[in-house]
Amino acid sequence: MNWTKTLRLASVFVVIFIAIILSFPLNEKINLGLDLQGGSHVILECVDTPNAPVDNDAVNRVLEIIRNRIDQLGVSEPVIQRQGAIRILVQLPGVEDPEAAVDLIGKTALLEFRNEEGETQLTGAHLIDAKSSFDQFSRSIVLIEFDKIGAKEFGEATKNNVGKVLAITLDGKEISAPVVQEPILDGKAQITGKFTVESAKHLAILLRAGALPVKVEILENRSVGPTLGRDSISKGVKAGIVGLILILIFMLIYYKSFGLIADFALVVCMILIVGALAGLKATLTLPGIAGMILTIGMAVDANILIFERIKEELRLEKTFRASIDAGFNKAFRTIFDANVTTLIAALALFYFGSGPIKGFAVTLSIGILASMFTAIVVTKIVLEVVAAKFSSKALL
Amino acid sequence: MDLIGKKKFDFIKNRRIVYIISAVIILVSLISIIFQGFNLGIDFAGGTLIQIRFDKSVSITEVRNVLSEFNLSRSTIQNLSENEFVVRTEKIDSEQRKEILSAFQENLTDLEILRVETVGPVIGENLKKLALYALLFAFIGIILYITMRFEFKFSIISILALSHDCLIVLGIFSLLQKEITISIIAAVLTIVGYSLNNTIVILDRLRENIKFKTREPFENLINMSINQSLSRTINTALTTIIPILALYFFGGNILSDFALALFIGMIAGTYSSVFIASPLLLEWNKIFKIHQKGIRITGKKGKK
Repeated sequence: MNWTKTLRLASVFVVIFIAIILSFPLNEKINLGLDLQGGSHVILECVDTPNAPVDNDAVNRVLEIIRNRIDQLGVSEPVIQRQGAIRILVQLPGVEDPEAAVDLIGKTALLEFRNEEGETQLTGAHLIDAKSSFDQFSRSIVLIEFDKIGAKEFGEATKNNVGKVLAITLDGKEISAPVVQEPILDGKAQITGKFTVESAKHLAILLRAGALPVKVEILENRSVGPTLGRDSISKGVKAGIVGLILILIFMLIYYKSFGLIADFALVVCMILIVGALAGLKATLTLPGIAGMILTIGMAVDANILIFERIKEELRLEKTFRASIDAGFNKAFRTIFDANVTTLIAALALFYFGSGPIKGFAVTLSIGILASMFTAIVVTKIVLEVVAAKFSSKALL
Repeated sequence: MDLIGKKKFDFIKNRRIVYIISAVIILVSLISIIFQGFNLGIDFAGGTLIQIRFDKSVSITEVRNVLSEFNLSRSTIQNLSENEFVVRTEKIDSEQRKEILSAFQENLTDLEILRVETVGPVIGENLKKLALYALLFAFIGIILYITMRFEFKFSIISILALSHDCLIVLGIFSLLQKEITISIIAAVLTIVGYSLNNTIVILDRLRENIKFKTREPFENLINMSINQSLSRTINTALTTIIPILALYFFGGNILSDFALALFIGMIAGTYSSVFIASPLLLEWNKIFKIHQKGIRITGKKGKK
């Protein structure tokens, strides 16, 4: 082996090595999309009501309150973004109960105390604290505390309704209807509804973060539970492994020693794709896994193109070495043109697609680039090294 | 000549039969698309999708009975296994959804919510527009690229072959009333890229042959080019279809329709690259009376 060949071979192994370093350990380095790790993608829109028209200030306050609620829910790395004038995008990765979480962000959460006639006595506007707790029968309750003004109003309301029902409602729906025993003047109260530990906690969060100033509507909600996410990963991986093994076998049977080289290139290609995904901090989605599986087929495509060309050159009685060079030169332009058109399609998907589809476009593009690299660089070097040791007859 | 002697199939001679086959398939596709239309998924039509797994096996009728209590009997219910269902309804809010789910729990058995998707009409319209833009963008980008690298007529023929493939996929989806979702649009776009890949390999061969074998009649050059790349075309089609089949059988229900669209598209794409694209080039030359490299095109099989 001469100098340059050794150098090129070494650089290929360096690239593979870097890709492996980048992607290890897999479960930490690969960013999973909402459809794989579970979670919610929600688009909210602020809507006008007669009492509360939407303006810029209101949208900003909605944004802040929602951020507050999500922070308290303890979601790691949520995305909360304003989209255009009146829309808000919320993404909550990895929440155990996406349904409940979506419920929490879309609620207006207007707390009201109403007398038996249904008249509002006071609202939750003057709350300073709310927390979930248990009463002496270990039922879940929510403890609330008013500020000075609120305490005064609450004192009035309870004084006027002694012996009567003072209903507590959230967004017009009754949560509990206690009978007032005596006036409460210290501004502290407890709400005893039919709570679970979880729902008491959520109500406390809602009350602490405050009511939304305007009504919001959920335009789009895509939530995946953690079970389905895990399921999708294992099924996708299974499909990928089955596809990969079948292709490895096919190439080995059909192209023999050449097939072995193509198989090596294919495995390298897969390592590079995973490395690139990790290195670019790209998000792997379920369609993204499909994109990777698709590249398995496309990656051997370039190799097949090259091998068929080399075979043709050999038929013209050229030497092995000359056939390899001619085969690569002739195949290169075809491989390039064919892959660029797929890249154009992937670009269109990336530009116009949403979350999971963007993931597909990303893995497909990375896959195309990696397969071109492995076919043109890796396969070529391996072939050259092999050609120096064996005759073409021994290989075909 | 040596290479002509190795020719296995005469694609040019039999091209009329191929045109008729394609015309029939496309006609059926168009009729289905026009009269039956698409079964648009909630991505485009708006609505709510709930995927649930019951603790015990449950029948479709039982699920439908519960839904009809909520005036949702017109929903589509698909059973993925005996205890896993996908329910598609008109757009319902989270309160209604909770009521329905607790009705399932009371009347049937305990369940787990696997997936919930709600898309409002505004977003649906928006996604429709984006899907259309993506298709347009890809088509225009490809025309530009191929015109730049090859010739304008190559790009027109590639686009014809592409439209043929897309129409067949969409037609079969309309015929089977399979749901059109964003993933299906992604599959169609992937097919656009891939089908072109095959067409380009053959056209590239043709370009090369035109350059070096100036004395051959155009018909022979086309036949030669298709035959020379045939084993490559078949092998790469196989290596692409194998992983797609793996995806279809093992990839789970969310990806199975996506894999199906890819499968149909790959078959159509390979077929159109071999049987449609290059023969169309001959028709083009005839229509515009282009005499490739000075050789007269007679319409009959060329003589040496």
